Amino acid sequence: MTTTDLQRPATAPAFQHISSGRRAKNMTATVLVSAAFVIAVAPLVWLLWTVLEKGFTHVLTADWWQKSLAGLTGRQEGGGAYHAIYGTLVQGLICAVIAVPIAIMVAIYLVEYGRDSKLAKWITFTVDILSGVPSIVAALFIYALWVTTLGLPRSAFAVSLSLVLLMIPVVVRTTEELLKIVPDELREASYALGIPKWKTIVKIVVPTALSGIITGIMLAVARVMGETAPVLILVGYTQFINYDPFGGNMASLPLFMNSERLTTNEIGEARVWGAAVTLILIITVINLLATVISRLTAVKTK
Amino acid sequence: MESRPHDPRPPSADQPAKVIVRPGDRIFSGLAKSAGILIVVMIAAIGVFLLAQAVPSLIANKANFLFSREWVAGDPTNLSFGVLDLLLVTVFSSIFALIIAMPISLGIALFLTQYAPRRLARPFAYVIDLLAAVPSIIYGLWGAVVLAPTLEPVTGWLNSVFGWLFLFETGNVDRSIGQTIFTAGIVLAVMLLPIITAISREVFERTPTMQIEGALALGATRWEVVRTTVLPFGKAGYISASMLGLGRALGETIAVMIILATTSRTFGWSLFDGGDTIASKIARAAAEFNDPRSAGAYIAAGLVLFLLTFVVNAIARSFIVGKKEYE
Repeated sequence: MTTTDLQRPATAPAFQHISSGRRAKNMTATVLVSAAFVIAVAPLVWLLWTVLEKGFTHVLTADWWQKSLAGLTGRQEGGGAYHAIYGTLVQGLICAVIAVPIAIMVAIYLVEYGRDSKLAKWITFTVDILSGVPSIVAALFIYALWVTTLGLPRSAFAVSLSLVLLMIPVVVRTTEELLKIVPDELREASYALGIPKWKTIVKIVVPTALSGIITGIMLAVARVMGETAPVLILVGYTQFINYDPFGGNMASLPLFMNSERLTTNEIGEARVWGAAVTLILIITVINLLATVISRLTAVKTK
Repeated sequence: MESRPHDPRPPSADQPAKVIVRPGDRIFSGLAKSAGILIVVMIAAIGVFLLAQAVPSLIANKANFLFSREWVAGDPTNLSFGVLDLLLVTVFSSIFALIIAMPISLGIALFLTQYAPRRLARPFAYVIDLLAAVPSIIYGLWGAVVLAPTLEPVTGWLNSVFGWLFLFETGNVDRSIGQTIFTAGIVLAVMLLPIITAISREVFERTPTMQIEGALALGATRWEVVRTTVLPFGKAGYISASMLGLGRALGETIAVMIILATTSRTFGWSLFDGGDTIASKIARAAAEFNDPRSAGAYIAAGLVLFLLTFVVNAIARSFIVGKKEYE
């Protein structure tokens, strides 16, 4: 028996095999795209490995966290980065204390009061400009204002001010986005109960968005703590501990790294990498805290 | 719940209810508004101060600020500074970094949104974001101490094989140490990856599912889905992200300062040149800001950098402004 013409399909089947050319292209794309990811991860792993390998042993000593480099020359071992750690934390803290209230109020104005007003457009424009300002230019801004115009000395406080310029746009943006997604029903329900607008904002709108806002703030703080350009321009380095942010030189981890970098011997090198590990540790801890706090403050959905 | 005393009279529609503005409302909205006004005024004031400080130095300047390649700003009585060389190095190194970072970030963004298994996409994205969390001074140290020596064979090969091309000519600093624009550009590219990826990813994720499913229903392979739906939809966002990245690269200070070797010779369009970008020049001189005239010269350079980043960021924004589908 032979197959007759009657059994042959009149038209070709709808589902054709994918031609080898298309399959090859698809394959190539998949490989390239995955390779791109690997290429990005490689320097991250390499960098973290380098930093940990060269600096981790330093951080394990108690002296590192409790002593400054007071009285030590570049050739003497010992001492610690206590003065620099203090500087980094204090400058970041002062910056946050100034920037956060302003930024949150600005975001509240943009979302709750000023929608589409002329002032709101100007503010959005300014925040846009600020978010693109390089840190070195922000430092020059404050230098022009604080040191040359007002005649005040360089200080840790001036550094904090320039960090404020870098932090405000980040926090405004995050807060604005989060306030926008708070459902209007919540506001309306509150108004319907006769609650004034400001109280609605303070007690209903902001708490709903709070967990995200806190995460945003913490991430912004972690970011400004690693900024080097402002500390280079606005404060001098010292090996001693200085608790006063308004006067005198104050070290911070980036500044510590930048000046120890110039001590070209093994001791200086070890200190640089030790400070790098410390900085990464501080940033990691802040990031983890951000996650924990945002979990704790998240609005219960049930 | 305690029941409230019932008021039998229904509210009448005829009498318009008096709008009560509570003092709390007035204070709070006043605070919010003044915070907004504060930052607008502050930025305007700072701009004025900067200009006021740059102008006297520019007047005292003996060289042409825009077209001179020399930079002598240490002696306030004899200022002679021009920004051209700094500007060229800034733009050249940033564009080199962008050329490396753009295709890789596109790949990562596509990988994270279209290729990676759903469950792994989030942790993978987190890893890429970690790149943005590393402070730039650590990138700089890594670039100068670890990466530069490793790149030496590569740069040597490029120099000997492609040395006829101006990009790979022997530069104005010692290539073997690696303190060149080539190294700086690669480190900058790594720093740009998370920035460009993060924004592109967000845009790619918003590709309408209908389009993707439509393409799949027509029998498209995964790559064809990407090429016909994701890329056309996300192109503007991707370009915008890249421009924002460029703005970041132009202003990067400390990493470039650590990596690049200074030189008195002028910039010659080679990747193996050294020199200074505007930002690194300012940072290097920071300790010498003792005289307002000298500082004014650097502030003038800072203003050029500010204008440059402003224009680049404005272009970046213009790509996505008014795009409804991205909102």
